[in-house]
Amino acid sequence: MPTYQLTVNGDSHSVDVSEDTPLLWVLRDHLDLVGTKYGCGIAQCGTCTVHVDGVAVRSCALTVAQLEGKSITTIEGLSEDGSHPVQQAWKEVDVPQCGYCQSGQIMTATAFLEQNPNPSEEEIKTAMNGNLCRCASYNRIYRAVELAANKMS
Amino acid sequence: MANQKPSLSFSRRAFMRTSSLAGGGLLIGFNLFQACKPEAKAPIDLASLDYNDFNAFIKIAENGAVTIFSPNPEIGQGVKTSMPMIIADELDVAWDMVHVEQGILDTENYTRQVAGGSQSIRLGWEPLRQTGATARQMLVNAAAVRWGVDPSECTTSEGVITSPSGETLGYGEVVNEAAQLEVPEEVKLKELKDFTIIGTDARNVDIDEIITGKPLFGLDYKVDGMVYAAVVRPPAFGQKLKSFNADKARSMPGVIEVITIGEKARKLIGENPGVAAILGTSDKVVVIAETTWQAMKAKDAVEAEWEEASKLESSEEHDDILTGLLDGNKFNTLRSDGNIKKAFAEADEILERTYESPFLPHNCMEPMNFFADVSDTKVHLVGPVQTPEWKAGAVAQMLGREPAEILLEMTRQGGGFGRRLYGDFVLEVAEIADSIRKPVKVVYTRDDDMADGIYRMAIKYRIKAGVKDGKVTAYHLKEAAVNSNMYGLIPNFFPAGAIENYQVDVAKYDSNITTGAWRAPYTNFLAYAEQSFFDELAEMMEVDRVQMRIDLLQKVKGTTDDRIQYSPERMEKVINAAVEKSGWGKQPDGVYQGFANYYCHNSHVAEVADVVIEDGSPVVKKVTCVVDCGIVINPLGAKNQAEGGVIDGIGHAMFGELAFEDGRPTSTNFNRYRLIGMKEAPTVEVHFMENDYSPTGLGEPTLPPAGGAVANAFKAATGNRIYKQPFSKFPELLKVPEKEILG
Repeated sequence: MPTYQLTVNGDSHSVDVSEDTPLLWVLRDHLDLVGTKYGCGIAQCGTCTVHVDGVAVRSCALTVAQLEGKSITTIEGLSEDGSHPVQQAWKEVDVPQCGYCQSGQIMTATAFLEQNPNPSEEEIKTAMNGNLCRCASYNRIYRAVELAANKMS
Repeated sequence: MANQKPSLSFSRRAFMRTSSLAGGGLLIGFNLFQACKPEAKAPIDLASLDYNDFNAFIKIAENGAVTIFSPNPEIGQGVKTSMPMIIADELDVAWDMVHVEQGILDTENYTRQVAGGSQSIRLGWEPLRQTGATARQMLVNAAAVRWGVDPSECTTSEGVITSPSGETLGYGEVVNEAAQLEVPEEVKLKELKDFTIIGTDARNVDIDEIITGKPLFGLDYKVDGMVYAAVVRPPAFGQKLKSFNADKARSMPGVIEVITIGEKARKLIGENPGVAAILGTSDKVVVIAETTWQAMKAKDAVEAEWEEASKLESSEEHDDILTGLLDGNKFNTLRSDGNIKKAFAEADEILERTYESPFLPHNCMEPMNFFADVSDTKVHLVGPVQTPEWKAGAVAQMLGREPAEILLEMTRQGGGFGRRLYGDFVLEVAEIADSIRKPVKVVYTRDDDMADGIYRMAIKYRIKAGVKDGKVTAYHLKEAAVNSNMYGLIPNFFPAGAIENYQVDVAKYDSNITTGAWRAPYTNFLAYAEQSFFDELAEMMEVDRVQMRIDLLQKVKGTTDDRIQYSPERMEKVINAAVEKSGWGKQPDGVYQGFANYYCHNSHVAEVADVVIEDGSPVVKKVTCVVDCGIVINPLGAKNQAEGGVIDGIGHAMFGELAFEDGRPTSTNFNRYRLIGMKEAPTVEVHFMENDYSPTGLGEPTLPPAGGAVANAFKAATGNRIYKQPFSKFPELLKVPEKEILG
């Protein structure tokens, strides 16, 4: 199997996997970064969202071969200790119910707020709409994004 | 009656034991719901915590730190936070001194370690309080002995005991003495006004781990040498494996072996025929690989041939069959008051409507998965399941092992909604692990999860009411369902007792498509049907739709019928509160409202949906939700549950549908199955009734009325009533007639 060099959360990793292996499973099974979750495998639910060069992407739909030379950030790399303002907003609002989708929600929100620090209600809802939450904690996700925007501005 | 407060009596000796921990500190083991065996002893170190006799533990360390090993499965309903809050309050410690860990589960002697039916808090309330209070009393007794004073003269606050003369001792300073004392027979519970933790906001105990992506869930669990299993199951209900060719799969990277399972499952089914309904009798092909992706990919490369074992069914046939059942006369009567036939014959006006709903998958965001490691001496099972004891017992039986050899640990669970009650995946992985004798985790793909579900059944209701002299005199509810009918309490929900001639009849069709509990079983659809019906009935009678509900409740007050489940007084209060909080009837121009109220899971709920017209179609903007679930343990978590329940109810009423063609579901992933997203989610404003009733269920009760409130608001906005779910299938009904827009 080919070897790929990946930069994840600032660290360089070498992984031997077949070229079609999705980033999601490299993170979870090879690098033990299990904060990124599997939900659908076809980029429809958002639970596997990570950042590649600062852009929120679905890690289940990106193969490892597409990622050499790129900078990948996962929930584990957002901060050392949960101190990123988006994580703090999630905590303050007490967003999670089951919690499974929340790292994907946080990663989508973080990339969005980097691009748009003062979003309108409509912009928040449009940005977050692709991240499904089966517990339907949407009211709190919305409030946390709003709170994080205030913290970051 | 729902008004009754439970008066459970316990012998403290019978359900608690204490011991000194080897490393110092006090360990209290307790069994919430039944007595411990007489010889049971609490373990002396944490490594050997065993849950054979105790289903939960409190550890109090010499530094005063308190660890509570919480007993019930956490599926997002919040009990891992709220159940320990109850113990901690009676123990009289500060909540920030408490650390909570998920209790491990074992098999033998407990009865209710289940997440289901919204009953964890209702049933745990009294024993959890007793547990905390007993531990507190033992610590006080130890301090009193040291001081030579009467324990009743000592007080406690935030983990500190104060003597009559003002001396103080921390709990940690007396734990080792307390561990030597007898468990007191009688303890005094706090007055409700003295609660310091119950009724205050506590964040999810796993919040830091969740926001930083720590391993918490079953899918995250891993041990050295673990391999992954992907299972090829029959693609259609009614099929079984005929033959397969795994040559290609075996040659793929990372594939360790390809096996079949099914023999042990069939043996278990032979002994417990009921299991067939959740597990199926076909052989299954299992790909074992080094990584999840390799297993999933090689699974797709298995060439399997299937044969028909029983009929391959389709939703279109179910539709006809259920209608046929409603039209027919093969019903079981679950409740019959008065004489509906006579009352309908004498009625001035009759309204009859039929309501229809499809199959629904649970779609937990964390797909089904489970870990097993089987050796000659033990069976280690780890993962997300709502019924650990039931499944551990079944595994023991299937593998011919002693219950004591089974150790089942629960992880945090990425949603449950009823799906993880069934644990078919636990039996699968146990059979796989028994065969390969390696630590292994079975992981469902999303398509597996949706296609191999245990679904909310398709169901139809026909409701008929008779009105005479301006009063509702007859009510007839008929249910036609796939596989199973409403449980026995539901016929005693509203409007039972309120209408003199009342009958509930049910009929079912046995299908090979597996069905089971789905968040708020039966009521998740029945509430929509009945609340839509009452709305239409009020229109026919030309009476106020809310007042009609209140008027009906008056007849139930003071009833001597002890089958009646709901409290008319409590229901009337939530209705009045919802009217007030929502501004019912006082909405601004352009806002259309719909009302619904419902009782289930021992809680009373009323909801008002506010709808506006955008681009000619109704859009739900806000739902006001008033809940009476008695004392609210953790308002912060409770509001989250209530909000989620409302949006979940609306989402499935709007979009949820799983159709079958030739035994196969027509959608198996989120590209074709629509869940509600943030854009469609209304703002939910939750209000809890303040009272001192013992707490009741909250994981489910806000869901059922939501679909009804929305349907009634849509009617107000568009003039159209929708009789089938999902609503989104009827775009022509979700439009304001053009002349109204123009006008």
